[in-house]
Amino acid sequence: MTMRCAIRHGLGIAWSAAFTALSVRTSAAASSVLEPAGAGARLASKLWWWIGGTLSVLYVLIGALLVFVIVRRATRVADGFSIPPPDEPRERRLAKIVAVNAVLTTLLLVVFLAVSLSVGHAVVALSSNVDVRMKVTGHQWWWEIEYEDPVASNTFVTANEFHVPVGKTVDLHLVSADVIHSFWIPNLTGKRDLIPGRNNHVVIRAERAGEYVGQCAEFCGLQHAHMRIVVVAESDEDFARWLVHEREPAPEPTGEKEIHGRQVFTSGPCVMCHTVRGTMAASRAGPELTHLASRRTLGAGTIPNTRAHLFAWITDSQSVKPGNRMPQVPMQGADLDDLAAWLETLR
Amino acid sequence: MSAAAAEPLVEFDEAELERTWRRPPGLWGWLTTVDHKEIGMRFIVTALVFFALGGVLALMMRIQLARPDNHFVGPDLYDQIFTMHGTTMMFLFAIPVMEAMGLYLVPLMIGTRNVAFPRLAAFSYWLFLFGGITLFTFFLLNIGPDAGWFMYVPLAGPAFSPGKRVDIWSQLINFTEISALAASIELIVTTFKMRAPGMSLGRIPIFVWAMVITSFMVVFAMPAVMTCSLFLTTDRLVATHFYNQAEGGDPLLWQHLFWFFAHPEVYIVFIPATGFVAAMLPAFTRRPVFGYPAIVSAASAVAFLGFGLWVHHMFATGLPQLGTSFFSASTMAIAVPSGVQVFCWTATLWSGRIVPRVPMLFVLGFLFLFILGGFTGVMQASEPLDLQLHDTYFVVAHFHYVLIGGSMFPLFGALYYWFPKMTGRLTNETLGVTSFVLLFAGFNLTFFPMHLLGLHGMPRRVYTYLPETGWGTDNLIATIGATILAAGVLAMVFNMLWSLRRGAPAGDNPWMADSLEWSVPSPPPVYNFAYLPYVGSRAPLWTRRDDDPVVTGLRTDCREVLLTHTSDASPDSVSLLPEPSIWPMMLALSATVTFILSCFTPWAVPLGAVLVFISLVGWASPGGSEGRCRMKPVARMTREELARLSEIAA
Repeated sequence: MTMRCAIRHGLGIAWSAAFTALSVRTSAAASSVLEPAGAGARLASKLWWWIGGTLSVLYVLIGALLVFVIVRRATRVADGFSIPPPDEPRERRLAKIVAVNAVLTTLLLVVFLAVSLSVGHAVVALSSNVDVRMKVTGHQWWWEIEYEDPVASNTFVTANEFHVPVGKTVDLHLVSADVIHSFWIPNLTGKRDLIPGRNNHVVIRAERAGEYVGQCAEFCGLQHAHMRIVVVAESDEDFARWLVHEREPAPEPTGEKEIHGRQVFTSGPCVMCHTVRGTMAASRAGPELTHLASRRTLGAGTIPNTRAHLFAWITDSQSVKPGNRMPQVPMQGADLDDLAAWLETLR
Repeated sequence: MSAAAAEPLVEFDEAELERTWRRPPGLWGWLTTVDHKEIGMRFIVTALVFFALGGVLALMMRIQLARPDNHFVGPDLYDQIFTMHGTTMMFLFAIPVMEAMGLYLVPLMIGTRNVAFPRLAAFSYWLFLFGGITLFTFFLLNIGPDAGWFMYVPLAGPAFSPGKRVDIWSQLINFTEISALAASIELIVTTFKMRAPGMSLGRIPIFVWAMVITSFMVVFAMPAVMTCSLFLTTDRLVATHFYNQAEGGDPLLWQHLFWFFAHPEVYIVFIPATGFVAAMLPAFTRRPVFGYPAIVSAASAVAFLGFGLWVHHMFATGLPQLGTSFFSASTMAIAVPSGVQVFCWTATLWSGRIVPRVPMLFVLGFLFLFILGGFTGVMQASEPLDLQLHDTYFVVAHFHYVLIGGSMFPLFGALYYWFPKMTGRLTNETLGVTSFVLLFAGFNLTFFPMHLLGLHGMPRRVYTYLPETGWGTDNLIATIGATILAAGVLAMVFNMLWSLRRGAPAGDNPWMADSLEWSVPSPPPVYNFAYLPYVGSRAPLWTRRDDDPVVTGLRTDCREVLLTHTSDASPDSVSLLPEPSIWPMMLALSATVTFILSCFTPWAVPLGAVLVFISLVGWASPGGSEGRCRMKPVARMTREELARLSEIAA
């Protein structure tokens, strides 16, 4: 019987195997909801294992039951219009079974809801004692991060990458400069939207050191695919060092090439959009570049931060990240060389 | 035929009945027809063509995503493709095809000669067709919408989407929503007023119930999206500020209005599918569906609750905790009625004998896929968990399991099931099984890995991804699956085209099914029923007796139909249906001109008003035999006859 074959081979084995695979599979991917490294993500993953796990087991059981029913009740042909009169006692029995199942379903959902609400409460409670505050602004298609401090001179701005101390609660104040974006670091915490005209907050508390990659999760236009962000979780000491370093202005160039490179930057169109503290460049239309060379990526995670990629970005960022807001800047050989050389000193 | 055995009370001229109901021959007749079967068939075929186009768009996306950093299409085209895919599948396929099945089947299932407002049905079709053509024409001109089928502002607003791409989308909403509203009102009135005598509320086939419930959802949901797309149009065209936060508007207003429509929309697509399942199960389990009242109330409950869930699309927007908790709870609650339906179907299988014909394979496949899609839906009802799953490929997997597994599998089954009725031919069984196996395997191979992609952080709507993300393998598997899925669709299409010519003659009732449409020849005559039947049970063809009474006395020289009371379907009065007319098409054309010009100038509105007025005057002018039929008193349906029918119905 074709159907029996299809069902026996196609369903029974495939489904249970697939769901087992889903449960035990460990990922080589950079980011994963199932490998939490932050308090929010850990709570969510707990929910995943409880709700998702329960439902997976249930699915296998229901699937097995369905296969059993189908195999047992399958018949070769329909024999005419003679429909046997309903077997009343059996119908009543079935009605009872359906009713009991409906009640059990409701109970199960109530349990899910209770677990979900209590976890939701725990997530909210994470924001009770904030240690570090930062403001994250979504731009098409990069992230601006502003470290907040009661002492005005301690604040600074950076882009597409920021550090957090392990075990400390970091409050991110989320705003948007243009369209709706969504902040999401799968290993650390769930999503929160950045909506024009609104102030949202999300809390992250990293539980172990590491680099965690996130990506804008709300479609925001042409380069939604290349709007990545890196969070580096590190010890308190390393974090303190990072703060000190980020507050510094750009180092004064020493070599001839680098001095010329800076001149190319400050006398060219670059200053219309970028900031490099310690120079005249102070516009915030594009990413802040004061410590560009210390970052891991260029173009909000589009390419690694290496000399070759830096060249490619400066000369033709449109072919690297089509549609990004950086205009094509014509640049001569020596100017380009020296500009890249200077940018590489911005550690 | 049932009527043959019954004793006609008056002289009956079947040839005259045929002459009265058939449309004029040739192209003119084709353009002016108001026959619900012809309109329904066209509607179905057109929607399936859009399904194929949407499928091609999906394949293009799968090719682009098959490996990291692929350059098959660029971001600009990709954004248009995924927007077009979503828009096409939702507005030009899923809703219309369900309405179309309703337009074709409902009059046949409730035992009447046509829908209540035949010209409105024709208008509904033309407007849908013109809307779809408009959208694809603009897409081919590289003016396809590109801000997602959900068109979030401010991305879709005037500042970030200059040009006409978004305007085309918001006009398409006008096309399809008016078309859907027209079809819905059609189905509600037809079901409430035109059922065969004796078909009281408790004897209405579940599929017809499903269409009525769906139609009510359309009536309540569509105004929300028409409102929000109108706001978007005016924001873009005449610089209103509904969504401009700088001037006191709010981008979230869009999301509330849009999801107030778009979440119920999922159920608008799903509830008819439950109707298909309930219609097919009796034929292939050789018993009535278990729990008729439970299934109908569950569908109503789903429809009702479906309006209270929309905020679960907005958990990440930072709404207050209390609000999100409420919507978590309501989202979980909808699993209860859905569960009841599944339990009833399982009980039907358990106590029936399963006949493994092709439509039944799709019903069984549906159960496995829909339950999985339902389960992943419950996971996303939990707000903290949803914040991890929202806007990732996990969601893509979830809603394709619900929409393809939960709606399209029953639809494909339904197409196989009613193909013999619509065409008079049987489909090929072997090819049918092949198409099912390909569709089932291809579907799972495509969409199951997407759960994993979502869990590993892949967001939706990205035109490419970096190699180091590790998403390459699962994406490649999904792409391979998509080609198998496409092969399944091709096998099904080939099967149907082949069977259209070469299929074995079907006869009236090849599945030995229980509902009224199987009592008439295949394909049904233009007047549907020679004698309107009397319905004495939920499974009229299984309880039929040779001496069952029939309705006689409707005139054969006029398009008369019998109206019955809503609750007990006792005869109420006789009504006259209109003749074929070109004006529904002209009205649709007028609307099309208005909508397209509205993208460019507000002056389209007064111009459109004039065109629409002219078309409506033409529409309302009596013509053909209408005047003659109206002048004559309703002669043959005497008071005695109505009394006799009432007695029968009681």
